[in-house]
Amino acid sequence: MTDETSTPTGAEPDRGDELLLPELVAHLRDNRTQLRQQWAERITDAHLLSSMTNQEVFSEATSVYDNYVEVLETGSVKALQHYARDLSERIIPRGVETHEVIGIVLLLRDVLARSLFEKYRDDFELLNRVLDAYEPAANRIANTVAVSFVEQRERVIRDQQDALLELSTPVLQVRERLLILPIIGVLDQTRAQQLTEQLLHGIRAHRAKLVVIDVTGVPDMDESVANSLVDTVTASRLMGADVIITGLSSEIAQTLVTIGVDLSKMHTVGDLQGGIEEAERQLGFRVSKVPDAD
Amino acid sequence: MPTDVPTAPHVPLPASILSQGPNLIVSIHAALDDQQLERLQRDLLERVGRDRSRGILIDVAALDVLDSFAARTLADLAYMAQLRGARTVIVGIAPDVAMTLVRLGVRIPLTQTALDLEEGLEWLGT
Repeated sequence: MTDETSTPTGAEPDRGDELLLPELVAHLRDNRTQLRQQWAERITDAHLLSSMTNQEVFSEATSVYDNYVEVLETGSVKALQHYARDLSERIIPRGVETHEVIGIVLLLRDVLARSLFEKYRDDFELLNRVLDAYEPAANRIANTVAVSFVEQRERVIRDQQDALLELSTPVLQVRERLLILPIIGVLDQTRAQQLTEQLLHGIRAHRAKLVVIDVTGVPDMDESVANSLVDTVTASRLMGADVIITGLSSEIAQTLVTIGVDLSKMHTVGDLQGGIEEAERQLGFRVSKVPDAD
Repeated sequence: MPTDVPTAPHVPLPASILSQGPNLIVSIHAALDDQQLERLQRDLLERVGRDRSRGILIDVAALDVLDSFAARTLADLAYMAQLRGARTVIVGIAPDVAMTLVRLGVRIPLTQTALDLEEGLEWLGT
């Protein structure tokens, strides 16, 4: 006990503020089993983490609890940050939402605060000081966990987007100098541009003369998408490759005519098979069935 | 000596014009400024008449930029050459150049394009 820590109220001079936190930590350690149990129950009652089993919730709760107490003790959130990132990495694929993560941390804060109320209820002055020490640390913890979770989630989303962009535009050679580009999924400006870029490099690499772009897998098409498709075709022509578009569904055909997008200069064929056959004809291939194939 | 000529004619263009059979093969080695482009256009049209060329092939593979003026000049050139009896094909447009041209809304109308020299010559029919 040093003299510099004079408590303004003067109450309980033998328990300075810098001793409150260790006392608090000791209290939380002593009641670990009981508080942890309480917390896990409240998580279940609040229907949080419903995608995890009770046992998983309990084991994660134990780790979070210990980390929590450690942060209160050391004042450093480094270890917690690390743990929160790990935890997020584990639970994000399980479909755990942001509100659940924030919810459970806030629940823990409440459970612990309540146990402090109970312990110090006879001495309101002391309780106030305990809460003064506890609350900023608790809020910092909640903040750290939430931020780590959101950051991790954003990283996962970014990674997935990148992977999707990479995967979603394969440029495939099916015959000498004939490429196909099957487009699956929603086309937006970024994707359309990336797709064009990949196609143009593919044209150069494979010395393609004809490209079949199949849009069977494109759910719908608005004006900007249709126009970017026109741009793709124009850019391919500049590189000396003609384009056949296949798989325009009846809905898309109706939409395009209704909104007045002019695809009449495009070479379109009903389906991918027809497109490839047409391309083969133009390139001078003749595919014939061998009579005794079966 | 005429001093009002914008570019001195004796400065060589960073482009070469070769005659091969009935065709002229133009290969552009570096970006041309507007005046050089106009000079190339003039020179070429003259050669078409002198050599009685049937086709022109312009290779732009060395260019990583093709601005709207250059694109229009080449397209105009193709049309003018057509009027003098020669067909034009532009070859070697790089992917990035093609993207930029399309994004700028530059069209090369009436102009045939091909992947590279070989393709272009095939189209011209040597």
